[in-house]
Amino acid sequence: MHPKTIFGGAVAFAATIAATMASAQTIGFSQVGSEGDWRPAFSANMQESAKEFGIDLKFANAQGKQEEQLRAVRAFIAQGVDAIIVAPVVVTGWDQVLREAKEAEIPVFLVDRDVDVEDKTLYVTRISADFNLEGKLAGAWLATESKGTCKIVELQGTTGSAPAIERKKGFEAVISQFPAMEIVATQSGDFTTEGGKKVMEAFIKSTNNLDGICASFAHNDNMQLGAIQAMKEAGLKPGTDVQMVSVDYVPAIKDALAAGEANASVELRSAVGGFIYPIILDYLKSPTELDKWIVIPSDLHTAN
Amino acid sequence: MMAEQTEPRPVAMRPRMKLHRAVWPLLALAAILIVSGIVSPGFYNIRIVEGRLFGNLIDIVYRATPTALVALGMAVVIGTKGIDLSVGSTIAITGAVIAWRIQMGDPHLVVLMMALGAATLCGIWNGFLVAGLGIQPIIATLILMVSGRGIGLLINLLYGGTNPSFESALLQGLSTGHLMSIPTRLFLAAAIFLALWLIIRRTALGLFIESVGGNAAAANLAGVNARLITFVAYVLCALCAGWAGVIMTADTHTSDPVSVAMYIELDAILAVVIGGGSLAGGRIHLGMTVIGALVIQALTTSILISGLPPEYNLVVKAVVVLFVLLLQSDNARRAITSPFRGRAR
Repeated sequence: MHPKTIFGGAVAFAATIAATMASAQTIGFSQVGSEGDWRPAFSANMQESAKEFGIDLKFANAQGKQEEQLRAVRAFIAQGVDAIIVAPVVVTGWDQVLREAKEAEIPVFLVDRDVDVEDKTLYVTRISADFNLEGKLAGAWLATESKGTCKIVELQGTTGSAPAIERKKGFEAVISQFPAMEIVATQSGDFTTEGGKKVMEAFIKSTNNLDGICASFAHNDNMQLGAIQAMKEAGLKPGTDVQMVSVDYVPAIKDALAAGEANASVELRSAVGGFIYPIILDYLKSPTELDKWIVIPSDLHTAN
Repeated sequence: MMAEQTEPRPVAMRPRMKLHRAVWPLLALAAILIVSGIVSPGFYNIRIVEGRLFGNLIDIVYRATPTALVALGMAVVIGTKGIDLSVGSTIAITGAVIAWRIQMGDPHLVVLMMALGAATLCGIWNGFLVAGLGIQPIIATLILMVSGRGIGLLINLLYGGTNPSFESALLQGLSTGHLMSIPTRLFLAAAIFLALWLIIRRTALGLFIESVGGNAAAANLAGVNARLITFVAYVLCALCAGWAGVIMTADTHTSDPVSVAMYIELDAILAVVIGGGSLAGGRIHLGMTVIGALVIQALTTSILISGLPPEYNLVVKAVVVLFVLLLQSDNARRAITSPFRGRAR
């Protein structure tokens, strides 16, 4: 391309940005990274629905690093955006930068994960799904489906991560109500297909071909998809011999549900821009005290 | 194994010491298997399911295959006194290329070639940085290590990338298929091992690599083109990683650049070291490296089967690895056994 063309293009581009900035609200969004299937879909939806709401979204991918994220938030403050959305990489270490945002009178909204700050007024609210509720929904579905009698194998997410801890807690809270429901084996598959497949292969051997096992609960769909492959390779029928319930509702699990190889998946909605932006825009119009956590509802999808 | 032929042996060592290098990793492998047999009843059961061998011991060999392939390549690079941290990223790129080209409708044999070609490119890049520009291997390969998974994600984005899964009879046949009840990947791995062994031990290349690793300047003076040899080592390593990438990607029929083969470089380096390789270079033990990979996978599978809570997995793994390395250390063995022998050396 000719250098002049590039330059001309850049000027036109800058002009377009300047034009939109004049009219629209400018919001900075610092995203964790682009791991798995769910997060890129979440990022894409946030960017698309920003256009629908006429928001000028400044998107920053932190590549899974908090220092990158802190830098992005400070850049948003320096640019004087109208609001900042943060999907925190980790829960700690936020006091300082959030104070800077507050001093600059820029409201901060959390999405997805939580932060641990002493002064809760440093952010307006957290808008996210409830991992614990997802676990409860999965447990409730399984309790109904198995009529309260079920030996379960569990594929945990990355050990110590918030979704793994909360989904496990929520699931256990429900099944503990049923004396004949118990988790007989649990291991971490690290939220990956590869991990889920390896762990299920081991479970198949340690439980004598899943003898007496009525269900597999996976903390995400990717691990469950791996488990489905492992079971098929061992000559078992996932979805028929064993009930398969997981969380996320990614495109590949929809295919598995349609094929009858998975039974239920709790949706972790990625199309949440339409839920998040109205809350922020309303707040920017008339700032009022909001609840510290606004829960995005979860849906459970089954094969039929 | 053949590796012992070229190994410099101190004159003072008694002949029976020659056995030792092979004995300790094998002993560790046996110990892990015996303990697992006691902890988990039925650990050794092998039967035929769906026309293929099925059991924990098969799982160990089956699951160790990708790590073993990566470790073989790593052994060659470590032989030049180098290291390749980018093998996990090479696998991620290989997987992304496979999913992308299959979605684009290319013939699957061509896709396989493209995937291995992509891996070779990764090796050429590393080789160029290390041998061409003379950058320290740990830094040179770190560049691809940190960028490779991003490149994989970008490749996924070429076709939307929201559902990068695929079906391929050819690739899945190579990875999860079976021939005469034996997993195909074992034949594949055996063929790659044999090819590598022939290149390293039946041509002068192995000797050249070990001479470069032992003393690059001396090798150069002796007429060995140290830079070319180093370059070739990185390409071989990436090609091995590429094959591992084919197996791993076809295994899950999906491209997951962010998490596939995470930390495999560490397992591969560990396998080389357990197999008696030295990070100081100058030695290549192909056979023992495979044993090293088996030790690591036997440990991983045993922990999964044992029902130990996942919080303990990595700690137990670290303790056992430490124990294996202590077994291998001449100094540590001497320190432990000398009080009982009653004679000082």
